[in-house]
Parts: sequence; C-alpha cells; structure tokens
Amino acid sequence: MTSTLQIQQSDVVNNVWNALDVLTDPEIPVITLREMGIIRDVELLPDNTVVVVITPTYSGCPAMEQIHDDVRCAVKALGLQVEVKTQLAPAWTTDWMTDLAKDKLKAYGIAPPNRQCGTPAQQESVMHFMRKPLHTEIAVECPHCGSSHTFESSRFGSTACKALYKCLDCQEPFDYFKPY
Amino acid sequence: MSNLDYVLHLADNAVVLGQRNAEWCGHGPVLEEDIAMANNSLDLIGQARMLYQYAATLKNDGSTEDSLAYFREDKDFKNYTLLELPHHGALVGYAVDNRDYAVTIVRNFLYSAFMALAWEKLQNSKDEHLAAIAAKSLKEVRYHLRHSHDWLIRFGDGTEESNTRAQNALNHLMPYTQEFWTACAYESHAVEAGVGVSTGQIKSDWKTLVGNTLAEAKLKLPSSQGFVTTGKHGAHSEHLSFLLNEMQSLARAHPEGVW
Repeated sequence: MTSTLQIQQSDVVNNVWNALDVLTDPEIPVITLREMGIIRDVELLPDNTVVVVITPTYSGCPAMEQIHDDVRCAVKALGLQVEVKTQLAPAWTTDWMTDLAKDKLKAYGIAPPNRQCGTPAQQESVMHFMRKPLHTEIAVECPHCGSSHTFESSRFGSTACKALYKCLDCQEPFDYFKPY
Repeated sequence: MSNLDYVLHLADNAVVLGQRNAEWCGHGPVLEEDIAMANNSLDLIGQARMLYQYAATLKNDGSTEDSLAYFREDKDFKNYTLLELPHHGALVGYAVDNRDYAVTIVRNFLYSAFMALAWEKLQNSKDEHLAAIAAKSLKEVRYHLRHSHDWLIRFGDGTEESNTRAQNALNHLMPYTQEFWTACAYESHAVEAGVGVSTGQIKSDWKTLVGNTLAEAKLKLPSSQGFVTTGKHGAHSEHLSFLLNEMQSLARAHPEGVW
C-alpha cells in the first residue's frame, strides 16, 4: 500500500522535474537540459532537500556553471531547499540525447550526432581508431537541404561539442554535434 | 603516502599544456585552427579542474582548485618538461622566437598519443574518482589525437617547408618523451596501489602508434636519447616560471577575488 507520505514525495519530485523541464541548454536554446541528458536524477532527501544530479558534457564546457545556477534557481523558485550535485560517472555521451532532441537540433540548423558511441567496452581502441581511414566514416547530413554531400571544414566548431561542416550542394556552412 | 602527488602530476600536465596551447587563441595560423586550439585548451583546463578539485579533497587542508593552480610555486609543479616548452625550437636560455605551429602539432601528437593510452588504462583505476575522470578525459584526448595526427601527416607529407618544420619539431621534442617512461616515487606508489598506470605497459603501443604515423607522414623517427628531463620531479626548464607568471598573475594580484 502506498502511503500518503510517499505520494506527497513523488508529487514534489514530479513538480521539480516539471520545473526543470523548461530549462534549456545555454548554448542551444531549443533543447532542454533533460533532453540533452545533462540532468541525471532528482531525489528528495528525508530533510526535504531536493538533490539534482547533473553531469558535465565536455569537462571544460563553460556552460556548466550557468546550468548549475539555472537548476538551483528553478528549484529554489518552488520554495524548496536544493543541492546540485555534479556526477562524472558514467561519462556523458550523445547517446543519451533523445530522438526528439535530435529532431529539434536539426530544425535549429545543427546536424545531430549520426551514430551511437556505445558503451566504453564496445568502443574502438585507440589503435583501431587511428588506423581507420577517414573515408569510411558515415556521411553527415546537411540540416538545411538534407544532402549527404558534405565535408568537415574543421574538427572543432563554435563550442566544444560541435564540429564545423559545409554542404557541397547548398553551399551552406553548418554546425555538427559530434558523437561523443 | 597518499596518491595526491600523482593526481597533481596529471592535473599539472593538463593545466600547463592547456595554458601553452591557449597562447594561440586569437593568433592561430587559420581561423579553424585558432578555434581548434582554443577548444583543445578548454578540454585540458577542464580536465585540470576536475583533477585539482579531486586533489583538494585528498589534501583536505582548505585547498581549492584555484589555490592549487594559482598559488603553488614553479618547483611544486609536477608536469612533464615537454609540456612547458614554448612553441618554437631550442634557443639559448629563455630567448623567444615566433610560434611555430609544427612544434604545437608535434607536441600535441606525442602527448595525446601517450595520454590516450594512459587514460584508457586509468579507466580501470582502483580509485573510482580517478577512473571517472579518466573515462571523461579519454573521449577528449582521442579527439586531440585525431586532430594532431591528421595535421602531422599533412605537414610531413606536404611541402618541403612543412616537412622540414615538422621534422625539426620532432627532432627537438622527441628526447623529452623519455620522461614518460622513467617512474618516480609517487608514480611507483600509485601503480603499486592499483591507482596509477604503469607507463612501461603502454610504451610499446605508443611506439607503434608514433612509428606508424611518422611513416605515413613521411617523417623520420629521430633519436630519443640524451638528457632525461625532470619536470615531474619539480625540476623544470627555465620556461615554466614565465608561463606560470602569466597564468597566475591575475589571481595573485587580486587574491580571493570573485566575479
């Protein structure tokens, strides 16, 4: 039997999730932090403190401080005590990005990651990684015209998580969210 | 003996190369490379932050990531000498020359090839916190390796000028890699505790990786004999103090200043 207390607790957690669901990535305002896979967990402690677990995307991502603050303010606005915890393991991966988020990225003009990275155990070792010739890579689709006739103009783009591509059909440059 | 010094060694490596590579910010040879080097530095400084934060908890004396990065002296830094060298060939004393991107790329290649193998092993460290940092850093260093690997081939197999510069950079930097393989007390301690990686275990993989890439780049593998540098013991080249002076000056001019 579910006690009234448990129902109340899950209500609080749901309310927190609802409040967090409006928070977007500071660099990509069309995706929420939850869709990005940055917010990992919400927990209510016996002393009514809400613990929100977040995980950094790239270790040097300057948006993390902003995300930390945004989360704290959103929960505080509900009148709750909050603690934001940063958790490193398991390491964030673009595999956690929802399909909806990938569609939103594309509509926003950023090509979403085009492959799964897999669990660390399934990942290619460094040696294989180096031997793999560049041309075997899966083509990145242009988010503007859908062409796969694109090329990487720079491995690093406007933020740590993106690479810079150019479409050879519509000639538009675009950002590509790297599988990570 | 705790593993504090080992964690500081990893952190100092990351922060010193991050600071060095950040010198290209706004001065890159082309816009894309300017952005690439800024991103590379951002990753390294991010890794350094995670490691310093962890070191601060091990130290447990009120130290913070900032006090460890900004308020330690040059002799306290445990980074490899390779990482503090300026972006140009050997000169007398601390004389300065223009930055040479070939030196930047060769150093990034030699170091990221080493760290890609080291972080891979450190993922299985008995120290869970270090293992988590390793898993995160591995993804980033693989990207750095790919970047520097591709550029090294472009330089080596490029024009006569680019080949000469890449070869000169290799001849200059290769002897400094000897420091990767000589264990010091805190490393041996960390290895025995199952926390650190024994670099002897990754040496042959590193040599294969470097050898294959140089062959593809049409570059000659230079000798790595000679004086073994001692940066990880705290005895550095004359270049580290200048680098730290620039990096630490703001924090020291405004101690405990906040935005």
